[in-house]
Amino acid sequence: MENSESKPFHVTLYEGDGARALSPEMRHETVMALLEKGCAVSCVVGDGRDFCEASLVFGQFEGGTPAVASGNGGVEWRDISGWSAGQVAETAVAVCAERLKAQPGAWLPWFPVVDFDRCTQCLQCLSFCLFGVYGVNESRQLVVQHPENCKTNCPACSRVCPEAAIMFPKYAAAPINGDVVREADLHRESMKVDISALLGGDIYALLRQRSERAKQRFSKERDPDKALLERRKCLEKLAKDIPAEVLMALPSAEEIQKRAQEAMARAQAARAGGGRKD
Amino acid sequence: MDKAPRILYCHCKYAKVVPPEVKGEVLRQLCSANKPFDAVADLCEMAARRDPLLQRLAEGGPLKIAACHPRAVKWLFASGGAPLNHEQVQILNMRTQRAEEVVAGLFDSRLEPNLPAGKPKDGIEPASVSKV
Repeated sequence: MENSESKPFHVTLYEGDGARALSPEMRHETVMALLEKGCAVSCVVGDGRDFCEASLVFGQFEGGTPAVASGNGGVEWRDISGWSAGQVAETAVAVCAERLKAQPGAWLPWFPVVDFDRCTQCLQCLSFCLFGVYGVNESRQLVVQHPENCKTNCPACSRVCPEAAIMFPKYAAAPINGDVVREADLHRESMKVDISALLGGDIYALLRQRSERAKQRFSKERDPDKALLERRKCLEKLAKDIPAEVLMALPSAEEIQKRAQEAMARAQAARAGGGRKD
Repeated sequence: MDKAPRILYCHCKYAKVVPPEVKGEVLRQLCSANKPFDAVADLCEMAARRDPLLQRLAEGGPLKIAACHPRAVKWLFASGGAPLNHEQVQILNMRTQRAEEVVAGLFDSRLEPNLPAGKPKDGIEPASVSKV
């Protein structure tokens, strides 16, 4: 799904031919100020690099806009001689607001990133997530369909992934933060799923049969009531991880039941269509 | 002569998981070196927006990235529709490495590819957002 309203906004700090170099201090202050405003910045020196992606080019242009500007239509050039770093950043933001509907940084980028080297397409995450973050594509493979629905600071789905394939790069701890997955991590993550799935059962028998169950645990034989129970148990165990505001925002029990059924149906439909690879 | 690796710095603006003293020093050194580089406020945000700059970087030849864990960076680019070339990318991890190590790695003309093994599978549709 491509967002038509979201367009890139890049800034170039041009110090190539036809422009006077900034001092290292001014360069640092300016780049820092632009980054803090959410901009992407290309620093160009020497004979320069192409910057056709840039929306706005800043530089100290003593003799007017440099020759390299010709042929770069749609790019706005600004002479920043005598400007402060703050003025540069404010100007970038103003131009951005003028051109785009969305400001940089308007959305906190918290969403799952799937390691498809590890993912087995079991679709537990799709079944688990109550917010419709996951979906399947035309090939019936897992996709992060609506990352904007993800609840900031909630890594719950990564906890139920038996392969530790789901990352939240801004999470504090490994392996959810994208650090290397170690055998012990994998074991721990699987344990959580098993325990939540079979509370009250024989945990040792459960462990012995874990690999078999991994293929069946969230399969079509699971009924919605059991799915709901498992999710609830899992949420209780994950309460330390999930921010209070996310827990407070959870829908009613009836709504959870309805969404669980819908998610399960989507996962089953995907599996029935041959998306499963294990 | 081989093309000098392009340098990309991620400021990880929207989280406090990269030590500020590390990313601050790395950026300061980059700005002092009088070399071209690209700096982005937040790679996660760019991946979610599928920013075309990611594709230009991924397809632009040798690349050194100062960001976070290589596994996360690899799949962020993939989710942004810009899978990285395993043979042409070196990632410096500002979450775990010291600033001096990161800077030395960025400025070393040799490229030491270190993306985790494996390739994105066919048919994987990257993430995207609608409310950025």
